[in-house]
Amino acid sequence: MSPLLGANGPDSFIWWAWVGDHLDEIWERTVQHVQLTAIALVVGFAISVVLALVALRFRRTYAPITAAAGVMYAIPSLALFAFLVPITGLTLLTAEIGLVSYTLLILIRNIVAGIDGVPTAVREAADGMGYTSWRRFVAVDLRLATPTIVAGLRIAAVTTIGLVTVTALIGQGGYGALINDGLSRSFNTPIVVGATLSIAMAITVDLLLVGFERLVTPWTRAER
Amino acid sequence: MTGPYQLLAAAEPDPSLWSEFTTYITTAENWTGDRGIWADLVAHVEISVTAVAIAAAIAIVPAVLLGHAKKGGLFAVSVVNIGRALPSFAIIALVLPFSLEWGFGLGFWPTCVALVLLAIPPMFTNTYTGVRDVDAGTVEAAAGMGMTPRRVIWAVEVPSAAPLIITGARVAAVQVVATATLGALVGFTGLGSLIVEGFAQQNDGKLLTGAFLVAVLSLLTEALFYGVQRLATPWARVAEPRRARRRRSPRIEPVALDV
Repeated sequence: MSPLLGANGPDSFIWWAWVGDHLDEIWERTVQHVQLTAIALVVGFAISVVLALVALRFRRTYAPITAAAGVMYAIPSLALFAFLVPITGLTLLTAEIGLVSYTLLILIRNIVAGIDGVPTAVREAADGMGYTSWRRFVAVDLRLATPTIVAGLRIAAVTTIGLVTVTALIGQGGYGALINDGLSRSFNTPIVVGATLSIAMAITVDLLLVGFERLVTPWTRAER
Repeated sequence: MTGPYQLLAAAEPDPSLWSEFTTYITTAENWTGDRGIWADLVAHVEISVTAVAIAAAIAIVPAVLLGHAKKGGLFAVSVVNIGRALPSFAIIALVLPFSLEWGFGLGFWPTCVALVLLAIPPMFTNTYTGVRDVDAGTVEAAAGMGMTPRRVIWAVEVPSAAPLIITGARVAAVQVVATATLGALVGFTGLGSLIVEGFAQQNDGKLLTGAFLVAVLSLLTEALFYGVQRLATPWARVAEPRRARRRRSPRIEPVALDV
């Protein structure tokens, strides 16, 4: 019998009775997954803003910064955890170092490209209106760069949510723990639940960020 | 079968890492045999090449045709977004029961399916955007010279889009090499198996050897595709004089999401 259409029981593709009995665990894993993702994105964004500002101020640093972030991005997550575990142990820190390092390349590139793409004429106009450089940066540069920055955030968020499933291998929970549990017992239901919820979360967060972008950049709607 | 989760939880930090790593990787016996480092490396390369080739066969032709017709942008966006959202680890786990049921076995094919799904989105979108955004004047000129639409596609649009198409393949290949590591969790004996077994046996030398080799392989893949791109698109180099290129500040491009 196909695993999808098996009789409803422990061997079927998804066994709803198990899901009903384990709602508490599923909720706990959801909270962990959200926490791991949120920390990675907040920290990754903060680091990226700093590095992007450095790259914008000192042009020569852009290539080395992105090259370093690119190397971090190319190293597989499991390999990175393998390097880190002997040093930092099976901790949240290890997981977050891995997750954050994968957001950097995407975020730095998009923040720099977004701010870089602000037309010089607009900047000059702001200067002419007597804006201080700080006010111009917040009210003009950052706002006009928002669509590009949010595009970067969307990619980073969706990638991170998928990657968080791997952090279960170093004992950090999240939906990966459900998947792992299922794998170790050859039991499909937790795998299906973990994978489906992880994908659902990625799509939800992506849509939320699109909504946020539309909210903060009303002018892009008028153009279309 | 004990799960990787429990196995990894047994790992303990160790002070003499560097010497364990160099000892493990330089011991000749560790390289030979069916389960030696060399066999794992070959298996890793095999699965990566297979997955990228299958994904290219699936993604590139439709993407070229849609890009030529300048239709299907919405479809392309959905493909990338959903593709990015799929956690490879979960896909491998999800494909596993089907693979066993249909006789494809443990390890290679469940991992390969997940890798193909991972590789399709970047190849599809880059090819689609690349072909769609080929200069309209160039295409018109080619058509005006009497080229058939088929020749316009293969002699003009695809070569013009080649840098972007190769970039898509590069992104896909690097992700595939990196993610093939996770196949170890369902019994695929690539480089990831060194990591997983290293954790399980508390053998830091083995663990770090796997991690080191897979990291090197990822970076080599990246370098290889840069080389291919430069060789395949010589005109991109001669378009600008050398001095002008050096003086200009680096071009900064965002990572596109919407196509």
